[in-house]
Amino acid sequence: MGESLGSSDTKTSETTPDFSNWSCPLPLVGYPTIVMGHGGGGKLGNELVEHLFLPAFRNPALENLGDAAVLDLPAGKLAMSTDSFVVQPLFFPGGSIGELAVNGTVNDLAVSGAEPKYLSASFILEEGFPLAQLAAIVEAMAKAAATAGVQIVTGDTKVVERGHGDGCYINTAGIGTLRAGITVGPHRAEAGDAILVSGTIGDHGMAIMSVREGLEFESQIRSDCAALNGLIADVLAAAGGAVHAMRDPTRGGLASTLNEIALASGVGIEIDEPRLPVRTEVQSACELLGLDPVYVANEGKVVFFVAPEMAEAVLAVLTAHPLGRDAARIGQVTAQHPRMLVARTAMGSNRVIPIQIGEQLPRIC
Amino acid sequence: MKYLTEFRNGEIARRMAREIHAVATRPWKIMEVCGGQTHSIIKNGIDQMLPAGIEMIHGPGCPVCVTPLELIDKALAIAGQPGVIFCSFGDMLRVPGTEGDLFQVKGAGGDVRVVYSPLDAVELAEKNPEKQVVFFGVGFETTAPANAMSVHLAKRRGLKNFSLLVSHVLVPPAIEAIMGSPGNHVQGFLLAGHVCSVMGYWEYPPLAEKHKVPLVVTGFEPLDLLDGIRRAVIQLEAGRHEVENAYERIVNREGNRAAQKLLSEVFEVTDRAWRGIGVIPKSGWKLSAEYRAFDAEERFQIAGIHTQESALCRAGDVLRGAIKPAECAAFGKECTPRHPLGATMVSSEGACAAYYNYGRFISAEELAKTVVSCQ
Repeated sequence: MGESLGSSDTKTSETTPDFSNWSCPLPLVGYPTIVMGHGGGGKLGNELVEHLFLPAFRNPALENLGDAAVLDLPAGKLAMSTDSFVVQPLFFPGGSIGELAVNGTVNDLAVSGAEPKYLSASFILEEGFPLAQLAAIVEAMAKAAATAGVQIVTGDTKVVERGHGDGCYINTAGIGTLRAGITVGPHRAEAGDAILVSGTIGDHGMAIMSVREGLEFESQIRSDCAALNGLIADVLAAAGGAVHAMRDPTRGGLASTLNEIALASGVGIEIDEPRLPVRTEVQSACELLGLDPVYVANEGKVVFFVAPEMAEAVLAVLTAHPLGRDAARIGQVTAQHPRMLVARTAMGSNRVIPIQIGEQLPRIC
Repeated sequence: MKYLTEFRNGEIARRMAREIHAVATRPWKIMEVCGGQTHSIIKNGIDQMLPAGIEMIHGPGCPVCVTPLELIDKALAIAGQPGVIFCSFGDMLRVPGTEGDLFQVKGAGGDVRVVYSPLDAVELAEKNPEKQVVFFGVGFETTAPANAMSVHLAKRRGLKNFSLLVSHVLVPPAIEAIMGSPGNHVQGFLLAGHVCSVMGYWEYPPLAEKHKVPLVVTGFEPLDLLDGIRRAVIQLEAGRHEVENAYERIVNREGNRAAQKLLSEVFEVTDRAWRGIGVIPKSGWKLSAEYRAFDAEERFQIAGIHTQESALCRAGDVLRGAIKPAECAAFGKECTPRHPLGATMVSSEGACAAYYNYGRFISAEELAKTVVSCQ
């Protein structure tokens, strides 16, 4: 697992800081910003571990500060996933890179049918990055991990010279235990399956874009960033083997996820466009920029492919959960037009929704 | 944005389509001028709702598509220069020049930025006095007021480091050229609603009269388009040829007089080359003598560009309405949104991209078989 957050011989300080009343103590050592030494494994690196990472993430596996975390896991299959986070801006309405880094990996495990247990967290920081911002990110990660019920048990910090990074990059990897009897996969969608989405689409992408581009809309669009393992656990408890495929439609949006599953399963997918849940403000922003919300990223949504007889039961479970209030049944799997996603428009006509080439580009007029 | 759903009501749309079926007794060819209308027609399948004889011909009104390749090449040359911040609307970035596109210039270290308004570029110029900031000002009358405002502000603020790479084009001369071309078969036009929001429609009656062609100011939502088509068909069936406004919630006859005044001050009419079509006399705007100092072509004196169009691409025929995108031999084969040969495949408003993205490479019969029914 590489180096731990600092170096292996670091010991926790005698007085354990209380994170609830914690404010960044690092300026005490004279540096309000990250300097090269913070990644060097010496005293500065240890300061980061002792005063920042350890108090925030505290758990038995991490506290050993060994070269690797030693974990207790039940017998059976494990799922493992990793993701890197390079979002700009680092803080946006509804979250930050911290929540994204935890929830992203938690969600990748959860949609594989696993119960997420442990995460690693590696930081690549740019020289000059304000410690107060790092502290806010770490705090966000700690809260997100607590909400998702996972522990951050190992990690690493590297510092790159100014101009060689973008403030803060985070990589997380995670492991989870696979539930017995659950065999979901993108290749398992079957003709007749009902397709459900757990809520409104496009929120995260438009939240980021509105901040990044300085666009101001009447009401602020917030990222939907959330850990989905609780919601997914509820669905699996209710519908179990009737759930054939699940995926969180992140980059590339709902359209990419549905196309991927159509390809992997060799089936056709039909969606009813007017049934797609889209917030008015997201739809408005998309119209303004010439974007289609089906291609816009989500960070707190999941798409389910469910045996049709269980579709209504799953929808009821979803709408009863705080993260699934706006869930909707949006379409179905068909044996016709294999590997193709077709939408029925409000006009009653059909159109193909292809895999997007590159990013969507805001249009001229 | 209360108009978001009202003008997309499927039931009313089907009723309007039935009205068109009821009034149409003969085949008619109607051109929607604007690329935004083309996009909406294909996205919503409006053309599938019309009687078989009513054919929508897609017009040249996509600013990205008609911008001459030579100007794209100039943009690439300027954007690649050190000390330049090159600003553009997003969809110009992927338009292929003879060699590469703006994305590749950016990848090679050029400072290329997507902005949402030319005024953002003026701000960049103020904040970066040591840099030359260039805005790629293309488009029809719709985008012209903001571009005019940018140089107007730059002049007023005494900015020496802002310039506009400008290629503005105008709708009325394009309609004149289409109606005057020997092979023309367009019988009615849906005028571009947003162009008319700026310019009004007082310029158009002489065109309607001269060419005996109905011109209907039309919006972009499904119901707007169906209403525009309906009015055009009614006129054609009755043998009338008038200018009619089917976009009254946005457009009036006068247009935006303040914008028109600024435009006449900042720009002057010039002959323009339209990509794939050729030079149309008096069909564009360039910066007027008073603002010539802000012309990026003057400032950067780019020479030695060897512009070469793809031999396979038939974007010109598509833009003139002579062929449908799928009739081009390269469509969906050598030419896709991933490897566009011409601008009509790049811009989201280009007719080729609209056809490709909405699956018009699949036969209509095959698509019609797909029925969505979810309870």
